Amino acid sequence: MGNKRILPPVLVLALFLLIWQAAVALFQVDAYLLPSPIAIAKQIYDEHEQLLRHLLATLGMTLLGFGAGALLGFVLAGLLHLIPGAKAGFYPLLVLTQNVPLMALGPLLVLWFGFGTLPRVILITLVTFFPVAVAMLTGLMQSDEKLVNYLRMIGASKRKLFWRLELPSSVPHLFSGLKIAASYSVITAIYAESIGSSKGLGYYILLAQRGFETANVFAAIALIVLLSLVMFGAIALAEHLYNRGKVKGETS
Amino acid sequence: MKHALEVNGLHKSFADTRSRGPQQVLVDVSFHIAEGEFVSLIGPSGSGKTTLFHLIGGLELPTSGDIRIDGRSTIGEQGHIAYMPQQASLMPWLTVSANIELALTISGLEKRHARQLAIEWLNRIGLGGTANQFPHLLSGGMQQRVSFLRALLSPKPLMCLDEPFGALDALTRMHMQTWLLSLWEEAKRSVLFVTHSIEEALLLSDRILVLSSAPATIVREIEVAFPRPRSEALWSDPAFVGMKQELYGLLKPAEARR
Ligand SMILES: Nc1ncnc2c1ncn2[C@@H]1O[C@H](COP(=O)(O)OP(=O)(O)OP(=O)(O)O)[C@@H](O)[C@H]1O
Ligand SMILES: [Mg+2]
Repeated sequence: MGNKRILPPVLVLALFLLIWQAAVALFQVDAYLLPSPIAIAKQIYDEHEQLLRHLLATLGMTLLGFGAGALLGFVLAGLLHLIPGAKAGFYPLLVLTQNVPLMALGPLLVLWFGFGTLPRVILITLVTFFPVAVAMLTGLMQSDEKLVNYLRMIGASKRKLFWRLELPSSVPHLFSGLKIAASYSVITAIYAESIGSSKGLGYYILLAQRGFETANVFAAIALIVLLSLVMFGAIALAEHLYNRGKVKGETS
Repeated sequence: MKHALEVNGLHKSFADTRSRGPQQVLVDVSFHIAEGEFVSLIGPSGSGKTTLFHLIGGLELPTSGDIRIDGRSTIGEQGHIAYMPQQASLMPWLTVSANIELALTISGLEKRHARQLAIEWLNRIGLGGTANQFPHLLSGGMQQRVSFLRALLSPKPLMCLDEPFGALDALTRMHMQTWLLSLWEEAKRSVLFVTHSIEEALLLSDRILVLSSAPATIVREIEVAFPRPRSEALWSDPAFVGMKQELYGLLKPAEARR
């Protein structure tokens, strides 16, 4: 992952911020409508203690929900793949679960599980398991037919086939599923914190909006974007390390 | 006497996807391979050679007929043969030696023994340096050698090789033939070997079965009595040239024969 891939988007972003800053100054936009990037940065600095506290709350919940969702998606995909007929029966229903609007589900979960962390983690889990399960299932079914044939001919059991062929060949799919799930999990966490919660960046945005503290809203947005990037980056890094593990074997 | 492989009155048809009724691929195929015998199956492309292997390997069920390995009927049963598929079929995420070990443990060898065998034989065939490399770094010829080794080291007595050198250039192919010949003449396993190449079949085999074009059946069986050990010097032998011409005549497409 060289600088070559990171540099162009950073340059574009810098240009964007520059134009934003210039436009706000030039047209003298009111701060409660659109604060300038510098004003937002200053706000982050001034509010950093509060922001950090809420950021950590969001981070904790996101990681919990993401972890649970990824695990659920992984196990579910494995089960649907291995149990004959399970996929035909359950897969369409799985798709249906994604049509339940979060707006309706969130308050219901709070109603059932109280105002604590649990309903929010469940919400994130329900949102994140899906892309992981779908990606895994696709990967599990797409293992190279000639490898399947070969291993079966020499007597590999269904279990062996799963662990030694289907699972390893679905790893690239798993990673792309995890990347999608990571950004979903952050967005869902923010939403979950806006219903009956008293901490997290979602809650912070809600408060800031009520008080027309637009700079604070933007400060929180900046942190949320950063959080998403870090989650995404961590998975990309894991993928990179996994692939490099192979390369290392080549040279040793 | 028990044969390594016995195929009796084998028929195979596939349900045609375009609803033209069943598509006949194999029609009344019967042959046997004696213990330690090297038998080649030669036939035009698409005649059903790979299908025959899938039947012997238990991947598909015959429409009718019997398959016996070591005297026992093994229809639909997997795990009775050592197999080298048409394409090298190495797991890209496993190192060369791990690939061999995986195949050997599936075939019933103990893990440590499999590892030891893999390393020992990779060294022996001059590929010791690649043991910890991933397959995509190897040339086509090297991959095929690894794939062959995987079949050779399998504890199953019957080796089925599906056009092992089909994808190689002529020169590499010649090297591989003599290499395989020397290894096999040491071990004398029972082999069913599929090929397109007449010379290859003549050089390697004890017996050649000629398959017709689809629907395939065995149209001729030829004993190849050249003494072993053999070498490429055989190619200029007048008897060799004569047999080659006979086989060529059998395999010529019908239109060309008219
Ligand atoms: N699962 C299947 N379903 C339907 N038809 C099949 C199936 N497998 C093979 N066939 C058909 O059987 C015929 C023989 O195929 P096969 O692959 O056995 O030929 P082959 O002799 O190995 O050819 P080649 O020399 O090119 O490898 C082909 O017409 C193919 O379309
Ligand atoms: Mg074939």
